Amino acid sequence: MKEAKIITRDLTLHYSQKMALNSINIQIPEKEVTAFIGPSGCGKSTFLRCLNRMNDLIPNVHIKGEILIDGLNIYQKKIDVVNLRKKIGMVFQKSNPFAKSIFENVAYGPRINGINNMKLLTGIVERSLKNAAIWDEVKDRMHDSALGLSGGQQQRLCIARTLAVEPEIILMDEPASALDPISTGKIEELIFELKKNYTIVIVTHNMQQAARVSDFTAFFYLGELIEHGKTRKIFTAPDNKQTEEYITGRFG
Amino acid sequence: MNSDPAKNKFVFTADSLKKKFRLSEFLSEKIITSVAFLSIAVIILIFIFVFRESLPAFRPRAKHNIEKTASAGNKPESYGGETTGTQQKPESYTGAEPATKENKPEAYGIVKDTALTTEVKNVDGNLVSSENNNDEGSLSSLFSNEWYPVSDNPRYGLIPLFIGTLKVTLIAMLFAVPIAILAALFSSAFAPPWLREWIKPAIELLAGFPSVVIGFFALMVMATVFQNFFGYETRLNSFVGGAAMALAAIPIIFTITEDALTAIPATYKEASLALGASRWQTAVFVTLPAATPGIFAAVLLGVGRVFGETMIALMATGNAALSSLNPFESVRTLAATIGAEMAEVVFGDMHYGILFLIGSILFIFNFSLNALAEFYIKGKLVRKIQGR
Amino acid sequence: MRLKNKLIGGAIVTSSAISVVLIIAVIVIILVVTIIGGKDKLSWEFLTSFPKEGMMEGGIFPAIYGTVLLVIIMSIAAVPFGTITAIYLSEYAHEKSWLAQTIRFAVRTLATVPSIIFGLFGLGFFIKFVGVGMDNWFLGGQLRWAQPNLLWGSLTMALLTLPVVIVSVEEAIRTVPMELREASLALGATKWQTIWKVVIPGSISGIMTGTILAVSRGAGEVAPILFTGAAYYLATLPTSVSDQFMNLGYHIYVMSTQSSNVDQTLPIQFATTLVLLMLTFTLNFTAVLIRSRLRRRVK
Repeated sequence: MKEAKIITRDLTLHYSQKMALNSINIQIPEKEVTAFIGPSGCGKSTFLRCLNRMNDLIPNVHIKGEILIDGLNIYQKKIDVVNLRKKIGMVFQKSNPFAKSIFENVAYGPRINGINNMKLLTGIVERSLKNAAIWDEVKDRMHDSALGLSGGQQQRLCIARTLAVEPEIILMDEPASALDPISTGKIEELIFELKKNYTIVIVTHNMQQAARVSDFTAFFYLGELIEHGKTRKIFTAPDNKQTEEYITGRFG
Repeated sequence: MNSDPAKNKFVFTADSLKKKFRLSEFLSEKIITSVAFLSIAVIILIFIFVFRESLPAFRPRAKHNIEKTASAGNKPESYGGETTGTQQKPESYTGAEPATKENKPEAYGIVKDTALTTEVKNVDGNLVSSENNNDEGSLSSLFSNEWYPVSDNPRYGLIPLFIGTLKVTLIAMLFAVPIAILAALFSSAFAPPWLREWIKPAIELLAGFPSVVIGFFALMVMATVFQNFFGYETRLNSFVGGAAMALAAIPIIFTITEDALTAIPATYKEASLALGASRWQTAVFVTLPAATPGIFAAVLLGVGRVFGETMIALMATGNAALSSLNPFESVRTLAATIGAEMAEVVFGDMHYGILFLIGSILFIFNFSLNALAEFYIKGKLVRKIQGR
Repeated sequence: MRLKNKLIGGAIVTSSAISVVLIIAVIVIILVVTIIGGKDKLSWEFLTSFPKEGMMEGGIFPAIYGTVLLVIIMSIAAVPFGTITAIYLSEYAHEKSWLAQTIRFAVRTLATVPSIIFGLFGLGFFIKFVGVGMDNWFLGGQLRWAQPNLLWGSLTMALLTLPVVIVSVEEAIRTVPMELREASLALGATKWQTIWKVVIPGSISGIMTGTILAVSRGAGEVAPILFTGAAYYLATLPTSVSDQFMNLGYHIYVMSTQSSNVDQTLPIQFATTLVLLMLTFTLNFTAVLIRSRLRRRVK
């Protein structure tokens, strides 16, 4: 069993007075795909955003508890959030490429890190696009605007952009929910390839997708972690009754 | 690529993720924040310096560089004979007046041989003292009805200037408010969407006309047309000036009123229509009253615009400081007074200070009007929508 | 009863429509009159030559030149400061904070201050305070900066147009979606890097709109430069910012109110007005075009 890359202890989050996450304790293993499932508004996306401290951007948010990555609590005082985010990548629900060329989108991360040598950049960009399974489709139009790509292509471009900074963990917030089935399939194949080298956490409201793609699954409901375990187990013989009711579609 | 498992373990370490101080971030935030203060600083500076220069109204500054001409037999010079007579005559730009504008660069602080000083000579005609001895008397003239700033007995009565400004503003509002509000009503309630897309920018074009152009138009065209149509005597007066000012005020009142009308939630309109009211009834009896705070704010801002307008006043109102209530007589507005006379005053003397005083009054008035439009209206608007 | 309602309704709709027509008509009339009055005098020579024979003949080149210089210096001052303030308001300030509210109030107040007050400020602050200070400190009391000139006129105008720039740029910055900022930050960019590389490039059209609108106002306003630098007749073009300058709007004002031979100068007055009007008209039109394209992009 691979070691836990991410461990959370009693993670609690409040929006002003309202509690959104209640004492989450979870262990996310390294180089596996963990899926967060649960009905709308259950807190899975909120929790995901805690992992790379994106919730810091929201005013009136109060976070208690710890999130340990490789044993290091990322919520302690002296952590540099900017550097942290370089090691944790995020793919958003709606693809958000910059209004720049395809090349410049992927090169954005390395440029931020001070790499401006064109030769190096070209190498990184090519590698990232290949790893995101979109190289063949864009190799002839690297300097066209990224906004000219289709929805599915844009999302893979965003994945390439994330890969270019060489993170260790990739967080995906419903990456395929806005895409057609074929694009969704391509993304799921991609996830399967990526997990060889990256720890992946994916939020999805599509249970079948979770079953297809993930090794471990965590079920959230109303801000609490109800059950967490190997995907096979969760979907065939869950321990918790609520989990079973959600899986079988009794509510959601 | 993350191929080395041993290397992975140590990427997330306290050391590698230690809080880093980034100079560029720090500097950029500090600089940006400081620059943002500029707008506040400017307002405060305007307060300070416009008021500061009004002080000579109460205590003129010593004039170091007035040359004393100790020539025998000089009697006190005065402007009285030449200009006082023509001072209050309404100007008519038919070319009768010679070009009097100074052609050399204006410089403040350099000697002007004006006769605001009275030279006291002794019996032999030798200069004993030279001072400006008109000040104590003339300050009390602030509330008088006479504006004669350049004469041997200067009087700085602000009343005619106030009356002139009020007349022009009133006339401008009488023209502008109904037209602008009706136009806004049409645009927001009766016009089809495609037409609305055209009307708004079209009227905003009027806002883009420089006021000197409107003043020119008023001076050359409107004045003649109005005089022929209404048949009054003075060509340039508060009526034509006010009508021209209305052109400047209409875009502002229109834009804000239109915004206020379209901001009324669709649910208000739908409720009314569902009760069987027609479109115009909804517009007039539901939307319009609901937008009253915004419309009031629009009118206030229109008033502010006209009150301080200079160029149109200078060109189209006749520039005579008369106190009559007749709209067809020439007037002098506060702003026009500053514009017309500031170039001719001696720095630091009472006239200079009084002009700045007028400026201070204008500034305070506008500031208060703006604050009123902001806080009161916004407060009322918020309360109204919350149903209190 | 029905009929009465219909009549009243008809009257209201008609009168409001007439109001719109009236306003548009006035705009058209002003344009037409100016064109008719000025088109004959308008020529390439008119735009490029100097006035002759005491303003009775010749062209208005120095007025155009002076106006252009004024506007350039004004923009150099106003655009960066206005853009930075807009960046502060949209990216750094906490919306409800006292500071943000005060700055916004200050900007709105600045926008409604009568233009003549800016002229007074230019005189009392720039000329009589800064200028006097400069003369005393750098020139030992010699008179060079404590008088009206291009620099003070431009800076005064810059204060007048500052709110225009701030409002336009802020509007454009707000059209940059939050998701782009999030994407940048999630990649490990700092706040300033995000602003510089994502937000500002995304708001270029707003910066352009703001600049164009500011330029249009700066070219047309006269009150602020009445006694901070504009002159009616200068024999030579300004060569330094401490020189005075001629100006289209000022020229129109003086010529139309103080000209000694109206018949001869009237065509020049109309032509000059036409030039100024065409200039501001084109600038405003362009800005409105860019702005509406920007707004459509958001939808």
